[in-house]
Amino acid sequence: MTDAFPSSRLSAMQAAWVIARRDFLAILFSRAFFFFLLGPLFPLAVGGLAGSIGGQVQREATTNLVALAMAPDDSARMTAAANAIGPQLAGAVPNFIPVAPGNPRAILAQQGAGYAAVVSGTPAAPHLTGPETELVQWRGAIALVAAQAEGKAQVAFAPVSIEAVQQTTAAARSDRIRTAQAGQLLLFLLTMLLAGMVLSNLVEEKANKIIEILAAAIPMDAVFMGKLFAMLGVSFVGIAVWGAGAGLFLLANGAAASELPAPALGWPLFIALGIAYFAMAYLLLGALFLTIGALASTVREVQTLSMPVTMLQLLVFFLAAYALTAPGSTLELGAIVFPLSSPFAMLARAALNEAIWPHLLALAWQGLCVLTITRAGATLFKRRVMKSGPAGKSKRLWSALPRDVSSRRA
Amino acid sequence: MLTEAVLAMREPNPPSPVRPLAIEARGLVKRFDQTVAVDGIDIAVPEGAIYGVLGPNGAGKTTTLRMLLGIIDPDEGVRRVFGHDRPHDVARLIGYLPEERGLYPTMKCDEAIAFLGALRGLPLGEGRTRGRELLERHGMGHAIDRQIRQLSKGMAQTVQLLGTLVHRPRLVVFDEPFSGLDAINQGKLEVLIRDLAAEGATVIFSTHVIHHAERLCDDVAIIAGGKVPYAGSVDAARDRIPAQVRLETARGDGPWRKALPADARHDAKEGGNHFWYFPLPESGAEALLRALIEGEAGVLSLSIERAGLHDAFVAIAGEAAARALDETKEETRR
Repeated sequence: MTDAFPSSRLSAMQAAWVIARRDFLAILFSRAFFFFLLGPLFPLAVGGLAGSIGGQVQREATTNLVALAMAPDDSARMTAAANAIGPQLAGAVPNFIPVAPGNPRAILAQQGAGYAAVVSGTPAAPHLTGPETELVQWRGAIALVAAQAEGKAQVAFAPVSIEAVQQTTAAARSDRIRTAQAGQLLLFLLTMLLAGMVLSNLVEEKANKIIEILAAAIPMDAVFMGKLFAMLGVSFVGIAVWGAGAGLFLLANGAAASELPAPALGWPLFIALGIAYFAMAYLLLGALFLTIGALASTVREVQTLSMPVTMLQLLVFFLAAYALTAPGSTLELGAIVFPLSSPFAMLARAALNEAIWPHLLALAWQGLCVLTITRAGATLFKRRVMKSGPAGKSKRLWSALPRDVSSRRA
Repeated sequence: MLTEAVLAMREPNPPSPVRPLAIEARGLVKRFDQTVAVDGIDIAVPEGAIYGVLGPNGAGKTTTLRMLLGIIDPDEGVRRVFGHDRPHDVARLIGYLPEERGLYPTMKCDEAIAFLGALRGLPLGEGRTRGRELLERHGMGHAIDRQIRQLSKGMAQTVQLLGTLVHRPRLVVFDEPFSGLDAINQGKLEVLIRDLAAEGATVIFSTHVIHHAERLCDDVAIIAGGKVPYAGSVDAARDRIPAQVRLETARGDGPWRKALPADARHDAKEGGNHFWYFPLPESGAEALLRALIEGEAGVLSLSIERAGLHDAFVAIAGEAAARALDETKEETRR
């Protein structure tokens, strides 16, 4: 009847693999995962729409149209002067729209014209009418244009030869900080987007009442590990799909490669470390989420818990981002040592610093923290969750149990 | 008299020295916050036995089984499964069906069985093949490719049961296996348990239904209030209670009354006959009968009934625990 197995138990890795394989495939082929993949499209679409509307509103709200209410000759001279010096001053000169001379206030009040200000009078004595902010903005430029039109201040621009460089030594660090910030932001967004999936994972297991079967067959540490790695695998699939989508979009739009300055360790190593730190950030946060999710008994509890957890994520990100401004400080060291902020702080370091060994050390430390949190979560789960029967009832029964006995028949 | 007898019963029965032990637990204690769920339990389950853990809801049955399986760790005491302190070390040899049945709803039947086997170390392909065979054999061949959520509750329970056995375990642990089953399926499960034992597997199950334990088990542990006042063979438990005498006499009094225990229960019927109920005296049935005849009691009928497990349970665990057991049975039936 019974099988003769080569060994009486699965190794921790084998056990975790059984869980990871099931979870990975179940999530990957679920309808929910398809919608999850589409998830980033919604904020992007909303963001694009909001940006487009905002830009339109901004364009409507801020205009550089200035009505030129002068005699036709004067208007022509002013316009010619503006055209002569405008290109050299990059937006500092307003767009003049010649209009029939008249009351400036009436011109400003014309519906649909949208003039920021009105210049009347003559080039020798221009008169600017408009709101205070517009007067401050255009006063100097109009004086310069009028002087040019009058021939009183012929502006002659000396030829300047130019040479574009990618980077200067002096600016290298400040440029790389941009790369570090971008890396941290991307890491944060991805972990934020993906780690939430873990939170409800064990609640579903409990709802399905599978958890007791898993716990009876394999150690809870292996269950937790399997679930974490399944979710990590799923997140890599998500990133691959989103990355491919973003790449295709950029290619289709003829966009150039990143304009970000190269990180200190070079792009290939920086990207490799980015993947490693994403995995660690995800596993660390996932282990924490899994523990919290395991202790919650309903989806509602998970939702309640998700808010402080999201706040914690934000705090960790802010800590790492702030530490970026103080390299070599105790604050940076703290951000590197604190497990949850460590991947963010170290990714920034990869952008700024050329040393590799701290990354090996940091990855080992983060891995150790993942194991520790997972084990602690599994222990807590066994202690707090796997109870049976209502405590009150068992207590009542216990106190009701008599010490003397009597037969029913006797 | 019975009180003394039962106090004597509280001494733990030594395990049978003949067979090696599949499970051995000594002094298991488990506390949940301020509640002592299990309070110093000793259990010894011989290999190949059908062993029942009998008690009402909240008595500590599930907590005990969970400790034996390594799902939770005891606060005190030791447990050994096939000689191993850590039950997970012999997980491949164990099959477990918890009281709260559950499967992944989107899994197909054969996949669910294969997954449960994989948790116990059975390769997935082999598990799927065996799963299909088991489903065919149990009349569920038509449901092989159906998802669990598409099955009735009874069919899903069958799938989980097959998943518990697919890796052919040497020790099968069922927590309240009969709850939620109709009479026909209860009968099938009893047959299955007997078959498992016949094939050499050790079967341990918890139940609050005494008849299941009485019909199936070689040994039982009676558990109440987190303690085990009796652990040993069913026969020994029943033998601890003196056989009950039911006597019908024509006369209600006479010198023969001295042969009856002082606390014998007496019922006088309308027709003039008298009924007496009492434990069989230590002097035995022959001496009793002789005294009755010589005393001219007018014996009309006399029957001696061996105590059932229910009587033993009442005597061992007490009236309150027996009431709780009956209430549990009623709740389950409802």
